[in-house]
Amino acid sequence: MISNLINRKIFTLLKVQYSNMLEYRVEIALWAISGIIPFFMLNIWTNNNLNESINISDILLSRYFLCAFFVRQFSVVWVVFSFEEDSLMGKVSPYLIQPLNPFFRYFAQHLAEQITRFPFALIIAFFFFIINPESLWIPNLSILLLSIVSTFLSFLIQFLIQSIIACLCFWTEKASSIERLLFIPTLFLSGLLAPVVSFPAYVKSWIYLTPFPYLIDFPANLMSGNETNISGGLGMQILWIFLLYPLFKKIWSEGTKKYTAMGS
Amino acid sequence: MVQNIIDVRNLSKSFDISSKEPGLKGTIKHFFRRQTKSLKVIKNISFEIKEGEIVGFLGANGAGKTTILKMLCGLIYPSEGSILVSEHLPFRRKENFLKNITLIMGQKQQLIWDLPPIESFYLNASIYDIDKFEAKKRIKKLSEMLEIDEELFIPVRKLSLGQRMKSELLAALIHEPNILFLDEPTLGLDINAQRNLRKFLQKYNKETNATICLTSHYMKDITSLCKRVICVQEGAISYDGKLDLLLKKLSPVKEILIVCRSEEDASKLENFGFTVKNKIKNEITIKIENESITPSLKSILNNFDIEDLFINEPPIDEVIGKVLIKKEYDI
Repeated sequence: MISNLINRKIFTLLKVQYSNMLEYRVEIALWAISGIIPFFMLNIWTNNNLNESINISDILLSRYFLCAFFVRQFSVVWVVFSFEEDSLMGKVSPYLIQPLNPFFRYFAQHLAEQITRFPFALIIAFFFFIINPESLWIPNLSILLLSIVSTFLSFLIQFLIQSIIACLCFWTEKASSIERLLFIPTLFLSGLLAPVVSFPAYVKSWIYLTPFPYLIDFPANLMSGNETNISGGLGMQILWIFLLYPLFKKIWSEGTKKYTAMGS
Repeated sequence: MVQNIIDVRNLSKSFDISSKEPGLKGTIKHFFRRQTKSLKVIKNISFEIKEGEIVGFLGANGAGKTTILKMLCGLIYPSEGSILVSEHLPFRRKENFLKNITLIMGQKQQLIWDLPPIESFYLNASIYDIDKFEAKKRIKKLSEMLEIDEELFIPVRKLSLGQRMKSELLAALIHEPNILFLDEPTLGLDINAQRNLRKFLQKYNKETNATICLTSHYMKDITSLCKRVICVQEGAISYDGKLDLLLKKLSPVKEILIVCRSEEDASKLENFGFTVKNKIKNEITIKIENESITPSLKSILNNFDIEDLFINEPPIDEVIGKVLIKKEYDI
């Protein structure tokens, strides 16, 4: 049953959404370029020698921020905004009466966009290594595979968090404003602006209990070859998915009872 | 005996509506103290629909027709009462139920805007677990019925409204549902496209014995498709029965223009006991009740020298329009 779902429904959704994404080649390229915050942060860190305080070499730090860029490219989620618009405009109505949860459509849309972004991200990485040739490294195959898994798990966590918030549209209509509340902790605690290791020890111990460091910091450290607790990090990612998924199911089933099919 | 496929008992639906006074003062007041009230849009309605029936829902804007359809297809949750559609509780949205129904909304689309419709058809086919070979067969059959061909391969955004609507229908029918909920399916279509769509729906109903629940503001949709209508007035059912009977009820009198051979005959006819609307020279217009039309005409033809006569049916839009005017007409 599940394999059938993955094989047929998701595969077809992915194929169709990928075709749809290819209609927006230029936009995808611009989105990929717009995700270069980690490179700005790298510049700030190295120019101010901030990495010395946390005992990370320039090379490891540049690899970390390059990997943070990659993780961000393949885990960025906007489902709350899409669902909010579709819900308010009544566009979600036809999908609600199909035997497939509409969130699978958004899921496939995100995956399709990630596939479309991949070549652009590679081009950016290529230029990064031309500018920083000393940062070039070839990661161990098993570490690379684990990093891909970890990046996908990071995407799943973010997708579930945003989907839960998106379901609040059934009550508040403007759920994206709740998502904005999460933007600040995501920005600071995920490792996008600074590796979590740079935080004071007592803060770190709290941060690691939240899902945020497993969104960017853990997969980026894993990919860049920095010291990290692999089993602990993957375990926490899976734990968060197991906690968030039933919550999403519950809030979805309660929320659809509140749906008023506005605008249709 | 034909089975009931839809059974609605004492159904009600309320929405919480917030209201705001105009101007800055109203905005600030609304921000700090939001006033919401519960509005009952569907009031304790009951009806059944048999398998294969085509039923039209009539009513003014905001009467509650679309809300009823939305509850029947499981899109929104009822506040009170019970609904059984094909032995399912619609709002539970069980897979077996969803595979049995479709909802088409004239003003909403499910096709992917930037891709040709064929992509959406195959996507829907996979969602409904239809294999590629079967999907291809159904697309061919439905596209022939709907008379669309090359349009299947043109991006949706480049199709005309009529072509898009036909494609929407195909996408919504690919899983061959046996209950169709159609909310103003001909909205915005030109006369030919409307006629083609009606022809298609008639054919689909005949070939598959599908049950169709339809709302439309185009009376031609209702008169050419529906034998039965349910009139909804302010959330309650004001009439549920045959369309013919409704028309008779709303328009019990016909106007007959009689052209007499002489003005003298016309004057005699004026005093023959009929209600006269007007008389100009040898032409006289009288009003006769539907039930007595045959004997009355017989008597006129026997007693007067008649050159010609015309029976004027009141325009159907005008007659049904009376149903749409809130509170003005008690059926």
